[in-house]
This record gives sequence, C-alpha cells and structure tokens, in this order.
Amino acid sequence: MATSSVSKGCFVFKPDFKRKKVSFPLADYFNEGASLSEDSKLRFDTCQLLWQQMKSEAEELQEELNKNLFDNLIEFLGKSHLEFRKKSTNWNYQIKSREIPAAAIVLGVNVTDHDLIFKGLTEMLKDTVTPYVVSLQAKECPDVKHLLQKLASQLMGCCVDIESTEEENVQSSQRKMHYSMAFLSTWYRSITKKIDSESVNKKITSSSQWKESPPIVIILKDIESFSTKVLQDFIIISSQYLHELPIVLVFGIATSPIIIHRLLPQAVSSLCIELLQSLSCKEHLAKLLDKLLLTTRFPFKLNEKALQILTNIFLYHDFSVQNFIKGLQLAILEHFYSQPLSILCCDLPEAKRRIYSLSEDQCESIRRLPSFMRYVEKQTPEKQVASLTNERFLKEETLRFLEELHIYHENFFLVLRCFHAFMSSLPKYPLGRQIRELYCACLEKNIWESQEYEPVLQLLRMLAKDELIAILQKCVEVFKSCPGKQLGSTAEKLQEFLAQFQSLEETESNEEENGSGSQQKGFQKTDLYHLQKSLLEMKELRSSNKKQTKFEVRRDRVVDLVDNLVRKYLSPPDTQTLYEVVYFTGAHMLREHLNAAPRIALHTALNNPYHYLKAFATVVTAAEEMDPNSTASEEIKEIIHARFIRAVSELELLGFIKPTKQKTDHVARLTWGGC
Amino acid sequence: MMNHLKPQEVKMLEVQFVGDDDVLNHILDKEEGAKFRKDRAQLLVNVKKLMKKQESDLNEDDQEDLKDENYVDILGADTQESLKNGRVAGGSSKVYSFQTRKNPEKMAELAYELAKTPGKSTSLISKENAEKMASTSQSSKKQSTSDKDQLKSDEKNEFLSTPYRLRKRLTVSTLPSDTESEYSDSNSEDDNGVKREEEEKISEVLMDQKRIAKHRSVSSSSCKKVSAKKMKKDTTTDLVEEYFEAHSSSKVLTSDRTLQKLKRTKLDQQTLHNLLSKSSPSFSAELKQLNEQHEQLFHKWMLQLHLGFNIVLYGLGSKKELLEKFRASMLQDSVHVVINGFFPGITVKSILNSITEEVLDHMGTFQSVLDQLDWIINKFKDDSSLELFLLIHNLDSQMLRGDKSQQILGQLSSLPKIYLIASIDHINAPLMWDHSKQSLYNWLWYETTTYRPYTEETSYENSLLVQQCGTLALSSLTHVFRSLTPNARGIFRLLIKYQLENEDNPSYIGLSFQDFYQQCREAFLVNSDLTLRAQLIEFRDHKLLRTKKGTDGVEYLLIPIDTGTLTDFLEKEDKEA
Repeated sequence: MATSSVSKGCFVFKPDFKRKKVSFPLADYFNEGASLSEDSKLRFDTCQLLWQQMKSEAEELQEELNKNLFDNLIEFLGKSHLEFRKKSTNWNYQIKSREIPAAAIVLGVNVTDHDLIFKGLTEMLKDTVTPYVVSLQAKECPDVKHLLQKLASQLMGCCVDIESTEEENVQSSQRKMHYSMAFLSTWYRSITKKIDSESVNKKITSSSQWKESPPIVIILKDIESFSTKVLQDFIIISSQYLHELPIVLVFGIATSPIIIHRLLPQAVSSLCIELLQSLSCKEHLAKLLDKLLLTTRFPFKLNEKALQILTNIFLYHDFSVQNFIKGLQLAILEHFYSQPLSILCCDLPEAKRRIYSLSEDQCESIRRLPSFMRYVEKQTPEKQVASLTNERFLKEETLRFLEELHIYHENFFLVLRCFHAFMSSLPKYPLGRQIRELYCACLEKNIWESQEYEPVLQLLRMLAKDELIAILQKCVEVFKSCPGKQLGSTAEKLQEFLAQFQSLEETESNEEENGSGSQQKGFQKTDLYHLQKSLLEMKELRSSNKKQTKFEVRRDRVVDLVDNLVRKYLSPPDTQTLYEVVYFTGAHMLREHLNAAPRIALHTALNNPYHYLKAFATVVTAAEEMDPNSTASEEIKEIIHARFIRAVSELELLGFIKPTKQKTDHVARLTWGGC
Repeated sequence: MMNHLKPQEVKMLEVQFVGDDDVLNHILDKEEGAKFRKDRAQLLVNVKKLMKKQESDLNEDDQEDLKDENYVDILGADTQESLKNGRVAGGSSKVYSFQTRKNPEKMAELAYELAKTPGKSTSLISKENAEKMASTSQSSKKQSTSDKDQLKSDEKNEFLSTPYRLRKRLTVSTLPSDTESEYSDSNSEDDNGVKREEEEKISEVLMDQKRIAKHRSVSSSSCKKVSAKKMKKDTTTDLVEEYFEAHSSSKVLTSDRTLQKLKRTKLDQQTLHNLLSKSSPSFSAELKQLNEQHEQLFHKWMLQLHLGFNIVLYGLGSKKELLEKFRASMLQDSVHVVINGFFPGITVKSILNSITEEVLDHMGTFQSVLDQLDWIINKFKDDSSLELFLLIHNLDSQMLRGDKSQQILGQLSSLPKIYLIASIDHINAPLMWDHSKQSLYNWLWYETTTYRPYTEETSYENSLLVQQCGTLALSSLTHVFRSLTPNARGIFRLLIKYQLENEDNPSYIGLSFQDFYQQCREAFLVNSDLTLRAQLIEFRDHKLLRTKKGTDGVEYLLIPIDTGTLTDFLEKEDKEA
C-alpha cells in the first residue's frame, strides 16, 4: 500500500493477525539483526538487568530526597485548617479563615524533573492525607471558568472509587453544567457526610486526624505560567468559601519565591504562605553520581569524555536529572550493543562463571583489546606465547584482571572520597569543588602530574589543626562506611593520626600560642592569597631556622600519606588491563544522539548554499564540466531550469528562503542576515 | 614633490601640462554647480577645509597634473580580481556564511565614481578659500603618508581579507558619497572632456589621495577625511552614526532578472516532474552506499524505540524513502501509522482520528482533541498488549509545527507503547521544542543525510516558480455548475462577472451581500434574501464561495478561484450556451 496520496496524510497499517507473533523478543534487535546468538541475548539481558537496577536505585534516591520535602508538606497540612476540623465557630477563627493556607515549593529551573516530584507528591497525599488532590497546569486554565471546571471534574473523579460507579454517568452529564464554588461546597458537604455516616475509609487509615474533613489540596504545578488575573480571582473566590471548603494550595515555583508577590500583589494578603525548598538539582546530581557511578555496586563506568558530555548537557542545557539518567541509559545500551566483551560487565561471581564459557571468538577479542596487548608486550616471551595461544591460560588471566579491576575500583573510590574531603576544604578549590570534577580529573590522566597538584599539596601542608581534624574524621567515616579491609592499614593509620592530633590539642596548646603570637605581629589585613604567600615564605624561613613543631611534623606526615595514596590508587582507569570491558568510551555518540546540531549537519551537507543561490546555472554546469555559454541543447537547459525550480522549493522547505511579494520571482533569505 | 612616492606608483602616472586659464575656466564652470549643494552644508564645510589645502598646492605647482584614467582602470581590475580571490578563498572554509557581495561590475562602477568625486568637489570650491591652508595641508599630508604605510601593507595583503574590507568600507561610505556621486554623475554625463580637464587640475596632494582611493578601491578619501574631521568635533555621535550606517539594513540590491526574461515560461507540475526524471542524479553509487549505512541502523532503532526512546532523523535530503524502507523491513508485523506531515491538510485531529478509528476501532466522537488524547492514553494504559508505531515524515511541517500540535504529539509519544520515529528538515525545527516537550519526546537524534530530492515533500507546495494549473478547479467548477438550477447558475455567473470586473482592484475583498442581493433581484433571480442565502449554501458546500466579514461588519462574498480559471470557465460556458 502506498503512503502517498493527494487526499490524505495518515495511513494506518494493520498486520494480519495470523502472521502476528505473540511476543517479539526484543533481543532480536540486538547484535545488528544477525542471527540471534546465545551471546548477544545474554548481553542484552545483562544490559537490561543492570539498567533496571540502576534505574530503581535512582528512583529510590529520588524518593529519599523527596521524603524530607513531603514530610514538611504533610506537617504543614496538619497545621492548616485545624479550626475547620474542630468546627469552631469562634469569631477569631471567622476572621482568620479568610487566609488560605498555601505551600510554595521552590523546585528550581529543571522543569522536566518537576513532573516526577508532583507525581510522587500526589500519590503520597492520596495515600496518607486526602483523596482530594487536584493538580492543575497553567495551560489548562486560561480563565477562571476553565480552572473551576478542571478542578471540579478532577475532584469528582477523585471520589469515584469511593462512591459507586453510577457517579460516572452523572459526571458526564454534569460536565456541561456551570461549575461554581457554591456547587463544590455542597458537593463537599454531601461527600463528607456520607463518609461520616459510613465511617469507613478504606484508603486513609494511617492518621485519624484527616478522617472527618479531609482537606482539598490544589496543586498549581507551574505558578509562573498562570495569568495573574486567573489566580487572583480564584484566590479571592476560594477565600470566600474557606469556611466551607478546607482548601490548601500548593505552588510549584521554578524561579524564586518573590514571584508570588509579583504575580499576586493583592491576593497575597489572603494567603498564608509557607515556603518549602526542594533539593537543588546539582545536589541531586551529585547524590546520583555517588549512588550510580562512584560505587562498585554497578560494574558499568563512564570514561572521562562521556561523563564530561553528560554533565555538560546537564550544566549548560537543562539542569535536568532525568535527562542525565536518560543519557546514562543510552550509554549503557550503547556499551553493551557495541562492545562484545561487555558480557563480562556484571558482578564478579557472575563474571567468573561467564569467563569459563567464553567462546573462541570472544577470547580472540580479549586478545585484541589494546590494554591487553599492552600487558602482553611487557611479559616474558613464554608468557606471551601462553596468553596468545593457550585459551585456559588466557581465561585465568582474564579472571585475575577482572578481580584486579574490581579491587582497583574499590580502592579508587575510597581514596577519591578521602582526597575530595581534603580538596573541598581548600580555598578556591583548585581541583574542583564537586567530587565529579575531581573524578573527571582523575579519569583523564594521572592527577599528580597535573599542574594544580603541587600547589594543592602545599596548601594542604598549611591546614589548621581543627580543619585537619575535621577532614580526618570525615576520612575515617568514609573508611568505616565501606566494609572489608581495603588499602591495608590506611584506615588505622588515619585513625591513629586523628587520635594524635586530638591529644596534641591538649598538651601542646602552650607551644602553639607562643608560635602564633610571634607570627601575628607581622600581619595586616590582607586577602587570602597574600596570606598564603606570606605564610609560605614564613614557613620556609622557619624550616630553615627553626625546628618544626610536633603538629607540623605530623601534618606533613598526613599530607605525605595522602600523596602516597593518590599516587598509588588514583591512576586513571585506562592504565588497567581489560578496562574496556566496563568503561563506556563512545562519548561522541552520546553527543551526536543527545545534543545534535541539525543546522550544522544541513550546512555541511549543502556546502556553501550561497553559490547555489547566486548563480545556479553556472554552478551546476561547472560541476558537470559544461560550458554555460555554449549552445547547450534546449533540453538540457530545460532540465537545468527544472532543477533550479526544485532547488528553490527545497530551500524553501528547509527554511532558508521564503517567497516575498516585494518583487516578482524573488525570495527572501531567512538565515544569515536575512532581509 | 613626486620624489616621496613609491616608484611603482609613479609608473602609473602621466604628467600633463595644463594652463592656469584652463583651471580658472573650469572652476568658474563648476561654481554654478556648487549652489545645489547648499543644503548639504555640513558635508561641504568639511570638504571645503580639505579643498583649501588642495588649492594651495594647486597654486604652488599647478603644472603637475595627472590623468587618472589609469587609476580607475586599475581600480576596476583590482576590485574584480580581489572579488574573485575572495570567492576562491571562501570556498576553502568549511561552514559558510552569506555575505552580501555586490556585483563585481557594479562594484567597479561605484569605485570609479567614488574615486573621481573627491577631485571634482575639490576643484569646485577651491577658489573660495585661499586662507589658512597651511595647517590643514600638513595634517592631511600626515594622514596621507600614514595611509601610504597602510597601503603598502594592503598591497601585500592576502586575498582573503581584501574583499571583506572592501565590502565593509563600501557599506560605510555609501551614504555620504552617494550625494556627491549623484552630482558628479550628471556632470560626467554631459562631457567627458570636461571631466578630464577638471581632473587635470588636481594637485599633488590630491594625487596622494587618489592613490589611496585607488588602493583601497572604494574608500573615497574625502569622505574618510570628512568623518575624521567630524570625529574631532563630536566623536561619540559620529561613532554612533557610523555604527548604524554600517549596520543599517541598507537597501538590498537584488537583480532585475526575473524568470520572464528567460525564454522559457513557467513550468507546470507535470512537465517539471518529467524533466526532473530525465536528469540522472550524480554520485548515485556514493549515495547508495550512504543509504546502506543508514539502513544498518534499523535494528538499533527498533531496539531503542522499544526501550522508551523516540527517534528523530535530521540532515539534508528526503528521508521518506529511508523511512519507507524501515517500515517495509521492520514493521510488517506490527500496527503502524504513517503520517505525511508535509500533506497540506494534515492536522493533529486527523492523526488522532486515524488512531482512534482505525487502530483502536472506536466509533465515537470526542468533544475536543484533548479528550481524544486522554481517551487514547487511557486505552493504552488499560491494554498493555497494544503497541503502535508512528512514522511521521516532516514533523516540522507547517501544519504540525504549532505549539499545541507538538504538545499533543509529544504526549502521545511519551506513552511507553507508542513508538515514534520522525524526520525533520527545517533548519529551525528544534526550536519547536522547549525542555518539557523535549522530555516528552525523549528524542535520540540521528543524522541521516541522504541527498535525495524532496520530490514528494515539495510537490504539495505552491512553489512560486511553478505555474499553477487550474485544470482541476476548472473541471470541478464545471461539474458543480452543470448540476445547478438555472437560477442558481445565473446567481453564480453574476458573482463571477463582478469579481472579474474587479480583477485589477487590489483592495477588492468581495461583493457585499446586500449589493449582491440587489443585483440578483434586478435580474429576477431571487425574490427574497432568504432564497439567496439558500442558494449560497450550495456554493459554500462545494467550496466555490467564501464569505468574510469586513471591518464594517458587512458580509462579503468571494470566489476563491484565480481569475484565469474563472475567465476560462466563463468563455467555455458562453460557448456552450
């Protein structure tokens, strides 16, 4: 059947049901559509399993991060409408009840992540507080009428499961009715009475305080997009009905809380606003990275460039954690799709099992890995022969490397965290403030060879005692949080240092005072940089003149320890044999598919459209090596003419030009300085 | 005085002797002309200052003259050459920008004019002021020497920079110099000899200026100096002015060649198609290889579609064929909908309709598009066995690019069981999507440059270069017309005639209903406005009539068919009647 027609634009194709397969294995599409080998199926399953695990981890994290916010919100809901619930009639309350309780949640500019938060919020509220949760978006509510209509229909929808299904018929007939607040309040009264009389509430059992008169929570997802008039009117109307309807508003704010005052200069007085802050998206990302990448739980890793691209998209484009997760998903998929050895990218015991069932081809591809070749070159001739010919030997080697890789990662992340604890206390953060920056730096090359490293160590040698103690405590905690005995005795050493410093504090206070007293004379008010410089000078002076204090000696030993750890454990992953198995390296691919530049693609493809516009016939004939002035046959001229027409309409389709009525047969340029 | 000139420059000069009388004659001649220019006082003041100095030189050694024809010739050649060079150089860089390049010939002409203007204007006013020239001449000499230094480097300049600077100067200097060249034009028209004479009187300093003018091709020295002087007075305002002059969208030069000048007339769609099919595409082997590369991605696409991504294809060339291939090889066993976004009648409603009616076999109607969308979403949520592939050619087409359409399509595509693969072509297509829409679509971008002609995509378009053939409209018009009652025919004929009478009236918006009614009554075609309205319904149903409310609230009737077809129709009907 053709898919072009002059009379319609949609073509539906339905396969014969006989031919239709019952289930279509997705893994079929893995491995370039070649016959489905056991290997690629396994790879696909591994990929899916890994992704599911990471995804659920990310979701858990999101929940955990939301929890705090949600708890605050519930607390706020509990405080509001206390009087309403008591059915108080005192005069004071009547006055106060003109104020609608409103929670303003500052969510940040990453609008794409908000939906998830609101979804979680709605579910949570419905489970624990009230069935009457309505979420409204600005585009659904161009005026108050629509807003009320949407509100009512959602509210009615809320209670369908509580009431009978016959409501649905009523509902559809009601749809055309004119909704008003008065209508809503009668509805609410009837519904609460019904619940009272039945006194059965299947859903909300957790807290009895909501039972009698559950509040109506109205979530305005994007307060910035609402028009002032609609909001203002709505707030004024609902404040009139506040003694009948326990309304609570929840505002989602992407920018800053001031926007409420700007949007609602008058109605703001009838709101009782509580400000709630969600976690910033950057912190969210940091936590996410911590959970998904800076861990040995998941074998999959990104190389420096790939991580950089994903974080750049995050930082420079959208601040969206969801998009970051999407990028990660793509990276995982692509890694398993393109790297045949990714079959070993699973947890260690499983990998062990798989190693022994590796096929000959797979062994061969191990041998072809650059990192493996590098390793082989360094070996003795006998070993070289063995690893290149003996399959069993190769498998044993592979297993050993994978184990080493695992240990490398364990140590790497521990040391990275410790190092970050030291780094984050330095002024100006020479190696980056966030752990991801430090991580990227470590992934890229030997960090101790970077030019920032030496100054960093010098700065570390100047840390004050209390700072040092705090950092050491952090490091000890890092080590404690990781089970197992990694890094030999480092943990004990750190603890030892910590104890020493703490004891120093008591015994050597006198000495300290003397020392510092003499120093302070020379100082005037100065900035950090000069202070450091003069301190450095002074230190040199002292080291030549004066014996170091006990504290300084120990501090130097700590710094040396850190230096040793970094040099030993923070070497970049590409120094490890078989790192290709777990590291995703297709950074360009991520950029191509996530952050594409269609304009550039068009542009390169067209290769100087200017010429085509300027002298079409000449360019075309020149390309075909014809003399434009020669008496070419009329037919060829016709064809050129036709091609020109086609080119013009194509350029119009592509958006380079548009027809203009200013002059016959002329078009206006739309790009690069149009007229 | 010539000794400080560069030798190679001297080569181009010819020295002629001109008597004092000639000079005087010529100046007197010119003074009449100077009266015109009073309104351009400001310009003149500055020019005058210049002139003073020139006159002083003139008095000192007026036997030194030059024939500057040479200059101009060389100038023109220079311009052309550098322009060519510029083009060649431009060809090597990767991404191009459209720069307004003037026609080489025009440029040369302009340069010619500019080069000779200062001379004329100089001699014009030179007589008036003989005082206080020393200081000015010094300053101008300084300037000219510095210019020479610059000019030296200019000569050695690489090709690339020259045309650009040229252009820049041209645009800057266009405005002030225009006024002068206008004048000089009229002058040069009447006598070439006079012009030469006048130029002969130009002194040595002016010669310097000319050389500058020549080597910079266009920058008219007087203008330059005018602005330099001005700048001393009030730098800021002038800078601002200059900025806007340089950046103003000055009159865009378009060529006067239209298609009418070609012998060929406009082609219609059919002949166009025939002609194009004759021309064999070049590089077909390479193109085939390119397409095969794209086809290898099919499996990956399927995989990624199933994993929750949607795929968008971009890049030059029609992607219809590629997507057709994808459909044929991958989607034979699944339900899918192909949507031609480039189809002029496509709407989101029609897309949703084909999903609800044909895919989901639903026979109800919906109050609004949003209701329909909700229904589809619920349906897909309820029935997990449903799967649907959407192939949209040109998601960025005129009809679908609206915010609401994109929102709805985005929401559709965000359903886990609806898989969307779409193509975009417009360079600004990504601007359709803000962050929230992008997250709905969850795109993976694939560059699939195919270089295929957009035959089908553009076939619906009313290209300005393709003749609109009215055959279809004419035959349908005839058919509808034949089925009408004689009275109705008369009514319609009246309307056609009226419209043809107003053919040349650009502000014609239609015949008002009342007038039409009056006319029909007079022709005994209707007896009440109700009967007329009843008749009009028939036309409207056949899209032969459009009614529009004017600004005054009156209803206007218009036949939405071009006059050519209408005339044909009337002729045909008259013949048969």
